[in-house]
Amino acid sequence: MDQLLNDFSPGLFIIQTFLLLGLIFLMVKFAWKPIMSAIESREEGIKDALASAEEAKKEMQNITADSEKLLKEARAEREGMLKEAKDIKESMIAEAKEQAEAEGSKMIEKAKLTIEAEKKAALEDIKKQVATLSVAVAEKMLKEELADDKKQQKYIEDSLKDIQLN
Amino acid sequence: MRPAFTKYILVVLSVLATQFNFAKEKEEKHADDGGIVDSQEEISEYILHHIKDAHDFHLFSYTNGDGERKHIGFPLPVIVYTSEGLRAFMSSEFHHDDSGHHIVEADGVQLVKYHEKIYELNAGAHAVKFDHETHKPTNAASVLDLSITKSVFGILLVGVLMLLAFGGLAKQYKNDQIPTGFARFLEPLVIYVRDEIARPNIGEKKYKRFTGYLLTVFFFIWILNLFGLTPLGFNVTGQIAVTFCLALFTFLITQFSGTKDYWKHIFWMPGVHPVMKVILAPIEVLGMFTKPFALMVRLFANISAGHIVVMSLIAITFTLKASMGIVGSSLISIVLSFFITLIEVLVAFLQAYIFTMLSALFIGLAVEEHEH
Repeated sequence: MDQLLNDFSPGLFIIQTFLLLGLIFLMVKFAWKPIMSAIESREEGIKDALASAEEAKKEMQNITADSEKLLKEARAEREGMLKEAKDIKESMIAEAKEQAEAEGSKMIEKAKLTIEAEKKAALEDIKKQVATLSVAVAEKMLKEELADDKKQQKYIEDSLKDIQLN
Repeated sequence: MRPAFTKYILVVLSVLATQFNFAKEKEEKHADDGGIVDSQEEISEYILHHIKDAHDFHLFSYTNGDGERKHIGFPLPVIVYTSEGLRAFMSSEFHHDDSGHHIVEADGVQLVKYHEKIYELNAGAHAVKFDHETHKPTNAASVLDLSITKSVFGILLVGVLMLLAFGGLAKQYKNDQIPTGFARFLEPLVIYVRDEIARPNIGEKKYKRFTGYLLTVFFFIWILNLFGLTPLGFNVTGQIAVTFCLALFTFLITQFSGTKDYWKHIFWMPGVHPVMKVILAPIEVLGMFTKPFALMVRLFANISAGHIVVMSLIAITFTLKASMGIVGSSLISIVLSFFITLIEVLVAFLQAYIFTMLSALFIGLAVEEHEH
């Protein structure tokens, strides 16, 4: 300890104090401050660059996702359209079928009616002809019957009888 | 790290033990051979001398063909505040004398240099006399030594180098965001101190205020530690005055940036029994001072010890010459000192890191805001 105190040089201490103070002051002013601010601004720049790169990456991802979504949508739309077309086709076919069926049944109905009418007309005709024939037959028969007077008389009498009865 | 450390301390202690024993016995008997360092006591003295600050910048000495001793280096200015006022002259005036024999006359003041300390001779004294027990002069007084010593020279040199290097780095950012060349090597170090020392210890909110100090201190200590390992022979961070100054800065910054919580934790520890509060207060107050004291001693002791170890191992060439021969002792010396120097390079960084890290930690504790 004695040796230490003996070795301690007050002059050196005083000079060192002033020199160190000066050195700290000069170093801060001319070296550390500009160096630190430069390093910090550079670090800031790197940070910003990294952040913007990250952002760009995210954006890129978003764009990819968007386009994928669009593609998907387009695909879905196409599918929808196809389905719709199919549906329309099917419904058209069904409708046509239905219509055809209805038309057919209508025509059959009409045909039936026509046949019925024809049938009726034919029957009427037959009836008429039968009537004419029967009248003609009856005429012939009457002519035959009423050929003599006796018979004629008798007929008149019968007829009168009937009338009277009525 | 630990086992390696203890091993190297053991080796060193055994070497040092032999050297310092000789030193104590024959302190005053050194032959005046112009400072050739070849005996064990001279080696010990040389090492102790190196650990101290010096008034001139001595690189090496040699003996020329005429048997004349030449010292290569350059003198540094001596500035002393004596009883008669400020005196300034070059250290070459002492003629490499460090034993108090050569008296320098400076405008009516007689000055001598003894073990790198400058003393002013009392009025009427013509030769300095020393007390053999304390090694202090009996007829001379200490002066305030404001010389540009070797350490001050080192501090100035490091300061200029730091300003040039980091100022250059700062300038590079004006043109380009990414530095090139040497600055590219410096930038990660700056970021390292900020992100590994300042930020985690002080906290995200407040660390910016202290990075200037922490960065300055970190590079100051580290570069000076590394300078100490060069043949220039600086031992600035091994000067107790320098480490005291550094620790004092940390101490003052810690106290002046202390929050209300910090002072409350020192004088009236919350959450404990009142009796404990009274007991804890003096302990905490003591802690305020022991923390920077430990900083001061740790750096000083580590660097001084490192220098002593490296120099002792180099000196093995002489100390073991008799028993192992010149080849054997040189070989051991080179191998050991090489590896210890490698460890010292690590220690140079480690001590700078520890000093800065602990400073940051103490500041962090002081600015921390507790949530009770």
